[in-house]
Amino acid sequence: MDPERSSLFRAFEILTLQGGFNATVVLVGTTLLGIAAGVIGAFVLLRQRSLTADALSHATLPGIGIAFLAATAMGLDGRSLPILLIGASISGVAGVACIQLITTYTRLREDAAIGIVLSTFFGAGVVVLSLVQTSERGAAAGLNGLIYGQAATMVPRDALLLGGIALTAMIAAGLLLKELALVAFNDAFAEVDGWPVQTIDAGLLALVVLVTVAGLQAVGLILVVALLIVPPVAARFWTERLWRMVALSGVMGGLSGYLGATISAVLPSMPAGAVIVLTSGVVFAISFLFAPRRGVIAAAVRRAELRLRIAGDHLLEAAHDIERDGRGDMPPASIDLLAKRRGWSVWLRPLVIWSIQLRGLATTTHGSIRLTDTGRTEGRRISRNHALWTQYLISYADIAPTHVDWSVDQVEHVLAGDLVDELERALESRGVTVPGGATA
Amino acid sequence: MSTFITVDLLPLLVGTLAAVSCGLLGNFLVLRRISLMGDAISHAVLPGLAFAFLLTGLRSPLLMLAGAAASGVATVVLVELVKRLGRVEPGAAMGVVFSVLFALGVILIERAARNVDLDAECVLYGDLDAISLYWTDPGLGVSSLLAMPRQLWTLLITLSVVIVFVWVMFKELRIVSFDPALATAQGFNAPFVHYLLMVLVAAATVASFEAVGSILVIAMLICPAATARLLTDRLASQLWVSVGIAVVSGVGGYFAATQLPHAFGMRSVNAAGSIAVVGGLLLAIAMLFAPTHGIFARKLRRRRLAMTVAADDLVGALYRLSETGEPRSTREELAAMLPGRLVTRAIDRASAAGHIELEGDAVSLTNAGLDAGAQLVRRHRLWESYLVTEAGLGPDHVHDTAEQLEHFGITPTGGGVDPHGRPIPTAPEQQN
Repeated sequence: MDPERSSLFRAFEILTLQGGFNATVVLVGTTLLGIAAGVIGAFVLLRQRSLTADALSHATLPGIGIAFLAATAMGLDGRSLPILLIGASISGVAGVACIQLITTYTRLREDAAIGIVLSTFFGAGVVVLSLVQTSERGAAAGLNGLIYGQAATMVPRDALLLGGIALTAMIAAGLLLKELALVAFNDAFAEVDGWPVQTIDAGLLALVVLVTVAGLQAVGLILVVALLIVPPVAARFWTERLWRMVALSGVMGGLSGYLGATISAVLPSMPAGAVIVLTSGVVFAISFLFAPRRGVIAAAVRRAELRLRIAGDHLLEAAHDIERDGRGDMPPASIDLLAKRRGWSVWLRPLVIWSIQLRGLATTTHGSIRLTDTGRTEGRRISRNHALWTQYLISYADIAPTHVDWSVDQVEHVLAGDLVDELERALESRGVTVPGGATA
Repeated sequence: MSTFITVDLLPLLVGTLAAVSCGLLGNFLVLRRISLMGDAISHAVLPGLAFAFLLTGLRSPLLMLAGAAASGVATVVLVELVKRLGRVEPGAAMGVVFSVLFALGVILIERAARNVDLDAECVLYGDLDAISLYWTDPGLGVSSLLAMPRQLWTLLITLSVVIVFVWVMFKELRIVSFDPALATAQGFNAPFVHYLLMVLVAAATVASFEAVGSILVIAMLICPAATARLLTDRLASQLWVSVGIAVVSGVGGYFAATQLPHAFGMRSVNAAGSIAVVGGLLLAIAMLFAPTHGIFARKLRRRRLAMTVAADDLVGALYRLSETGEPRSTREELAAMLPGRLVTRAIDRASAAGHIELEGDAVSLTNAGLDAGAQLVRRHRLWESYLVTEAGLGPDHVHDTAEQLEHFGITPTGGGVDPHGRPIPTAPEQQN
């Protein structure tokens, strides 16, 4: 079997949970972690605390080192994971408290506070780790593993722990959906309405600490925050509803963990944490580009369509006006003039004419444009909208006749039927008549 | 050859140069509230560096700086793209971009690790403690100094460029930092200054990378500037102060790491981490003790103001007694009249100012106190009439506001009686 095929086969084995006991444990563990982080991260994102979570995860390092030193001094096994994770939680929370202190008591802003806490706590952690390394007992390898993560060392108990945390996160999110949503969207209102905003925030912080600490072993403290940030941001592109976003974010986080763990198992030289984060980055890139409504491509297509539509409207309007003034169909020279005046690029012009023809609004003969009946109606409608809005601005908004044209050009395309009726009534009541009405 | 020159001189220089280069630029990040752009860039230069290593397999300073500049600009552009096109909150946009780029960098470095002596540990801690090993000919002679390793030269060049940048662009940087809209309106190219700043931040980050790694460099970028921001209100002095603090944290951090543990019979700890910690400690000290913006200074100021107000109110209360009877009272009665104030301290203060006389438990107003009380009550009642006649408040709603305004120098004009029908004492000039 050639190596290419065998690694694909191995990937398939792992993905279908047939990759052997260890690989399956790691896969299940990281998937559950991804789900938990995605669900909690959604609320962190909406509460705009993404980078606070970053500071928190960096700030766990000194706690890990100190917990190790303290435990060994007390004669316990310093490498015991629960002890290290307790230390990590304490110093992580202390870091967040410091951010709070700095922003409350000094003129420094949150951005500086986050940067300060993140880097100085990490520096303290580095110092403590170097103490651990030079101390007699040594054996700091286990601690370094928590920085970049070492998913491969996961045992069933760890996967169970991650499963418990994922379950806790999901239950908490389900129970507190209303409270978290309220605080995330309008904390001032929540406060006035008598909700315990600080307690809810503290609850969210506790969940973030839980996920961060759980992720230390698998992804490492530098990259664990990516699991809290990236999937929710990606999920945000697909939906406008909160619970869907939370669920989707959990699914995307889980998927990143699932695929990332598989890839790193097939390519063992790749650190699992980084691969998982990179996978989530790919999920993000796909969402960023291809999401149906908020995605970049969809937005670009929408903008291009609108542009084409507006340009077509202008063409129809001009053709209608020429026809109305008794000069027959629109000659090429006028199209040139129109294109120049509207700033159409060379390739927009044929596109505009093509789209007008496609919609059956005009035909071309020898380069000049002749409106069809529907095209004529459409041109009249736009031309009338233009005139109506111009009159409205002049008589109601007191804008000088020389100044209305630009804004009219924008509005004439979006005037809907009932708005037009209303305009007609309003202008009629002022005794202003606009030429080219429905009967004209 | 003393061990100072062979062992300590080089890391000391490298650490301090890195701290100063980053610290100078950090001022503009902190002022513009984009400190976390420094965070993002320092994480995101990693893939750029790794690419440069993978492509060429050697560490040429020029190539490194070019890669750094490219990834710095790329980070800024990517964050901007995610923020604008994706309508993502700025913090989250940064988080997405730099964490994914950092992950990419870690993977690239793991792959590159076989070819070059660069590893994931170095990314975190830097290599400051081992840097002396690269100095083949330690000493103070010209040839020895010229033989100092590449890291030092890179930092020297970076620092010079940073100084020139800040010097030449000072005016632009200042206006862009404080009012980017005004800068654009006046014809400064604010985006150009912004991107140039980002390129230099990336360059300083990369030049410092080998000394302190990519996370601790954030401390060098932000801490000195943040500390200086608490100590001064002028940009030029903030720059100087931040340089001083950067030097102190560089030198202090290095010695704290190498000398302090020996005092306790331990071996040296990581110097790069220690520089970050000292930077944080200096900031904490400034937070507490800074002359105007420190927590203690503000507490003291507030306390002094509270004392002044309490002493004023004491004299005012005694003056009000004089309107119906004698301006004397007892400590207990005054304490009951001024609930929640520092009455004992206020009595001490007013008596030190010569406004009151103490006889055992009795407190009475002196002539000077009578004048001072008259002025206070005058201000109070003038403010009350002003609030009723000019601001249209009801007479029963003006007391609390007047109670606060009476302690400030400005007074509305007027006279006669206040809205409650009490006489307004005359001004001192009119008394004579």
